[in-house]
Amino acid sequence: MSDPRRSLARALPVAPAVVLLLLFLAGPIAYCAYIAFTDLQLTGQAHSSFVGFANFRTAFGDEAFLNAVWLTLVFTVVSSLVGQNTLGLALAALMQRASKPVRTLTGGVVITAWVLPEVVAGFLLYAFFRKEGTLNAILDALHLPSQNWLYTLPILAVSFANVWRGTAFSMLVYSAALNEIPKEITEAAEVDGAGGPRRLWHITLPMIRRSIGTNLMLNTLQTLSVFGLIWVMTRGGPGNKSQTLPLFMYEQAFQNSMIGYGTAVALLLLLVGSVFSVMYMRLLRTEV
Amino acid sequence: MASTLATRRTGRRLAADTGLLVAAAAFALPLVWVILSSVDPQADLRVKAPDGITLDNFDAVLKPDITFTPLLNSLILCGGGTLLTVVCAALAAYPLSRFRSRLNRPFLLTILFATSLPITAIMVPVYALFVQVDLIDTMQGTILFFAASQLPFSIWLMKNFMDGVPKELEEAAWTDGASPMQSLVRIVLPLMGPGVAVVTVFSFVMMWGNFFVPFMLLLTPDQMPASVSINEFFGNRGMVAYGQLAAFSVIYSTPVILLYVLVARRLGGGFALGGAVKG
Repeated sequence: MSDPRRSLARALPVAPAVVLLLLFLAGPIAYCAYIAFTDLQLTGQAHSSFVGFANFRTAFGDEAFLNAVWLTLVFTVVSSLVGQNTLGLALAALMQRASKPVRTLTGGVVITAWVLPEVVAGFLLYAFFRKEGTLNAILDALHLPSQNWLYTLPILAVSFANVWRGTAFSMLVYSAALNEIPKEITEAAEVDGAGGPRRLWHITLPMIRRSIGTNLMLNTLQTLSVFGLIWVMTRGGPGNKSQTLPLFMYEQAFQNSMIGYGTAVALLLLLVGSVFSVMYMRLLRTEV
Repeated sequence: MASTLATRRTGRRLAADTGLLVAAAAFALPLVWVILSSVDPQADLRVKAPDGITLDNFDAVLKPDITFTPLLNSLILCGGGTLLTVVCAALAAYPLSRFRSRLNRPFLLTILFATSLPITAIMVPVYALFVQVDLIDTMQGTILFFAASQLPFSIWLMKNFMDGVPKELEEAAWTDGASPMQSLVRIVLPLMGPGVAVVTVFSFVMMWGNFFVPFMLLLTPDQMPASVSINEFFGNRGMVAYGQLAAFSVIYSTPVILLYVLVARRLGGGFALGGAVKG
């Protein structure tokens, strides 16, 4: 430890990773923080100039941006906080009691949806929600009103698609957490006459609260950066009715050639992500 | 008392089984559609019994420009990226796991922080940067970025797996004069085979399915991996041949599903990843 040459030799294997991370991750983040304050455009401009907070002022006065913020919020709450999280917990809880073949089958199906490439998942759910798709076929069979989901409720359609694709992760995290609760505790409560909902609220949830925190953070971060799924299903449309922040950022930077403005939006997304990231680290604090 | 508890338990198992089967059926619908449509000569958008079984859809897409070139590109990009990620992560994890240093904690915290950053958000600046340093539209540029974006989580996983290999085994090798590099390659990595497999498969699966990174960093159609080409190819045709689209989806998804099954089998249940990231 006292010999600097020896510590240097020991640290040497870290070098390739550090170089890659600095060049391709830290570099772009720093560059992002820089061009967010310029008026850089995609083409036909020799010099970009520093414009201070102009991009951010534009953003907060831009209805399309506020629309994207709102949709991102809806998308995150519906698909991540409510959908994946609750459904994942419900599935994990049911799996604790179900018979093995059913457990294996359900796990297999849900995990397959998770492992599929993003674009394929997008196509499958596009087909499912289309006017001529499976969902409407089922609704017709049940004599329920059908509609063109991707036009009438696009943000809900993509949110459900994200639930379909992402629930497996929550299910795995919660299965691992529930397996660690000692059987005696739940059994004792059962003998004492505590019903299902009360057991869940007073015993199970407090015991897995760390996993809930971790899962919520990671789900939210994953959901904030969803691009391909929405792109394939709706391209953010119709109009901008399913345009979340990543799609808005892409449109501004490339279709409208406003790299500076697009990057300012990206920086905001990055800041929100960082806040969640720091919260996640605090949860894991004891493990490092 | 005991008997009522037992009957209640059986009842509950039935209820749980029913609930899970309903959920499984709902999750399975889109999967059933893609499989049935891929062999259906008259596929449309809803789940239905195929009008006969045919392999024509597969025949139609198994051509160089639709399937082989994009899959080969995917393989080069994801194979290259995964190799780079795993090698760099193993090297970086070793000193972090084995030697005490004041820098370990800040480094690991930074890594953990980077793990959860939304990579999507930095793609616009990465594009702008790649244009300036001439890495745009190159395979190597995309591979390097893939590796960098997957590194934080891989280092984190690799370090946790490495901590599970007892240090005593190496100490014997050190007294025999083995260098740290020799003991990493000859002793530690072989002992953490399943861990290395998890990191490898996880990185590969993430890259194989990634759409946004190659969509942004590659421009030439010949270089596009399957994740992007499938979208361009089918999206730009007025009338979509759903059967062919389904067949291509099946071909493109099979490798990652097989890889996942392989790793899940070896680790007994596939819950290792859930365990590795648990709080």
